[in-house]
Amino acid sequence: MTVQDSVAATPPAPPSFLRRTRRALVAWPPVVVISAAWLILMVITAAGAEWLAPYPFTAMDLKARLSVPLLMGGDFAHPLGTDELGRDVLSRLISSIRMSLLIAFFGTLIAASLGTVLGFLAAHFRGRIEQVVLMAIDFQASMPFMIIALSVLAFFGNSLILFICLMGFHSWERYARITRGLTLAANEQGYAAAVRQLGAKPGRIYGLHILPNIASTLIVSMTLTFPEIILLESGLSFLGLGVQPPLTSLGNMVGYGREYITRAPWIMLAPSFVIVMTTLSISMLGDWLRDRLDPTLR
Amino acid sequence: MSSPLLEAIDIRRQYNVRTAGGVFGRKAVLQAVAGVSFRIDMGRTLGLVGESGCGKSTTGKLALGLIPPSSGEIRFVGSTLPAIGSAAWRDMRRRMQMVYQDPLGSLDRRLQVGPQIAEPLIIHDIGTPAERRERAYATMASVGLQKHHFERYPHELSGGQRQRVVLARALITEPKLIVCDEPISALDVSIQAQVVNLLLDLQDRLGLTYLFISHDLKVVRQVSHDVAVMYLGRIVETGQAEALFRAPAHPYTRALVSAIPSLGEKRERLILSGDPPNPVDVPAGCAFHPRCPFAIARCRSEAPALRRQPDGRAVACHRADDDAIALAA
Repeated sequence: MTVQDSVAATPPAPPSFLRRTRRALVAWPPVVVISAAWLILMVITAAGAEWLAPYPFTAMDLKARLSVPLLMGGDFAHPLGTDELGRDVLSRLISSIRMSLLIAFFGTLIAASLGTVLGFLAAHFRGRIEQVVLMAIDFQASMPFMIIALSVLAFFGNSLILFICLMGFHSWERYARITRGLTLAANEQGYAAAVRQLGAKPGRIYGLHILPNIASTLIVSMTLTFPEIILLESGLSFLGLGVQPPLTSLGNMVGYGREYITRAPWIMLAPSFVIVMTTLSISMLGDWLRDRLDPTLR
Repeated sequence: MSSPLLEAIDIRRQYNVRTAGGVFGRKAVLQAVAGVSFRIDMGRTLGLVGESGCGKSTTGKLALGLIPPSSGEIRFVGSTLPAIGSAAWRDMRRRMQMVYQDPLGSLDRRLQVGPQIAEPLIIHDIGTPAERRERAYATMASVGLQKHHFERYPHELSGGQRQRVVLARALITEPKLIVCDEPISALDVSIQAQVVNLLLDLQDRLGLTYLFISHDLKVVRQVSHDVAVMYLGRIVETGQAEALFRAPAHPYTRALVSAIPSLGEKRERLILSGDPPNPVDVPAGCAFHPRCPFAIARCRSEAPALRRQPDGRAVACHRADDDAIALAA
C-alpha cells in the first residue's frame, strides 16, 4: 500500500519525445497503420468509383492506344497509361477495385456465415445432422474448387449474383470445421457447459458465449479467405469465366493484359500491385486485430 | 427423519465404446455408474469419494440431471427430474447448481466476472438490471469478493478468487442443492482451506445441501455428514462420516483411510496391489476381489450387495462382519 501511495504522490515526469514515440509505435505498429491506410483507400475508391475515375471505364480512345504511364515518361492525360483499345488504365483500375472488393467481401461474408451456422448445427445436434455436415465438409474439401466453379459457371451461365454466391461457397468448410471443433470442446467442459447448466437457452450460449470466444479464430480465417477469394476471382476472370467484359475486375484486367506483357506491362502491373497490396494488408490487419480483440492478451 | 432433498434410486449410466484396436476393436459397454442409490437430506452434505475414473463425476452430473441416466430414477424434492432441455428442466437449474473443478475453465474469459455472476438472473428473468447488479454485489460480498472485482476478467483473479466467483454465480439464484465436483483440487493448499471454510460457512448461513465429490479424504471428512465410497461405478460403503473414517468396514475404504497421512499415531498401512481394473472389463463377482487382501472363493463368483449393518452403515462386502478381518485391521 505504501509503495503505491508514494508512486501516486510524485507527479509523473512528462514522457520524453522518444518514449512517447516508442509507445505510439508499440500501440500502432507502422505496418498496421500502412495496411489500414491502404484498405481505407481501397474502400473509398470502391465507394466513390464514379466520381474518382477520370474517364468512364469503357471509354475508348483509339488514337491514344498503349500510351505510356507517368512513371515511364507518359503525360497527365493517362497517369497509368492506356490499354490496347485506348481505355484509361486508372479508370479501369478504380472500377475493378470496386468489383473485386464487392465480390470478395460478400463472398467471405457468405462463406463465414454459412460455415459457422453449419458448424453450430453439427455441434449442437450431433448424430445424423453432424454426419451430414461432416460429409458435406469432406466433399467440399476433396473437390478442387476451381473445377466446381468452372462447371457451375459453364452450366448456369454467368451473372454477377451467381458469381458472388459461388465465391461464398469457397472455403465455407473451413469455418464449419473450426466452429464445430471449438464448440464441441466448449460444450464438453468449460464455460459453455457451465452456462448451459445455469439453464441458458441455446441462442444465448451460442450467440453470447461461444461465438465471441471463437470469433478471433474465425476472423483470422476470414482474413485468409478474403485474399483467396480475390485470387480465385482473378483466376476465374483470367480464364474468361469470371467477370465478363465489358465489366472489369482486377483478375479480368490481369487476364487481358497478359497478351501485352512485353510491350505494355503497365496494363497488367497496376492491377497486380493492387491485388498484392490488398491481400497483404488484410492479412496484416487481421493478425493484429486478433491480438487486440483478445482481452487475455492485453 | 427429515425428507430427502435429493434421492437417487439405482441409477445406471453406460456408454458404448470400442475396446483397444481402433476399427477392429469389439464393441463393449462401459458401466460408468452401475446401480447407485443414495439420498441427501436438506441441509446435509454427502461426500462422494473414490479413485479417479470410478464414476464420481458422472454420478454428480446424473444427480443434477445434466445427463440422463440409462436406467434408474433421480428425485428432487420428491419429483423426478424433467427431461433435459425442456423448459421445466431449465427452470430447475435455478434450484440446483454445480461448482466445477477448474474455475478458469468454467468462466467465460471474455466477459467481466460481475456480469457472469449476474447472468443466471438474466437467464431466469429475475429483477431489473439495477436489482441484478445489487444482488450480484451482495452475493459477491457473501463469498468474500470486493466490489472492485466486478469489472475484472477471470484471468486477472487468483485461483481462490475465481472459485469464489464460480460459487457466487451458483449462489445468486438461491439454490437448494449444490454439487461440488472436486471444487478444491485445482487450488493451492493454502487456498483450499479458505474455500472449504467458505463452503461450510455458506451451509450454515443459507442451509445449503451439498453433494461433495472429491478424492481428498481429509477434506471430505471435514465437510461431510455422510460419506459414500465408490469403486468402479458402485458404492461399496456408505455411512456417517465420523463412524466410517474411524472404523472403515470395507477393505477398499480401509485402504483409502489408511492412506490419509496423519501426525503422531503410528498406524498399519493397508497397501493395495495393482491398478483399478478396466471399467469395460469388470471382474466377475466382487469388482474389488483381484486387489482385495481378504478375498475368498465366494468373492470371485458372487457380487456382494450393499447390506445395512447394525450401526446404520451399509457395506458391500461378503466379509464385512467377519471377525478375521476386524482383527487384521
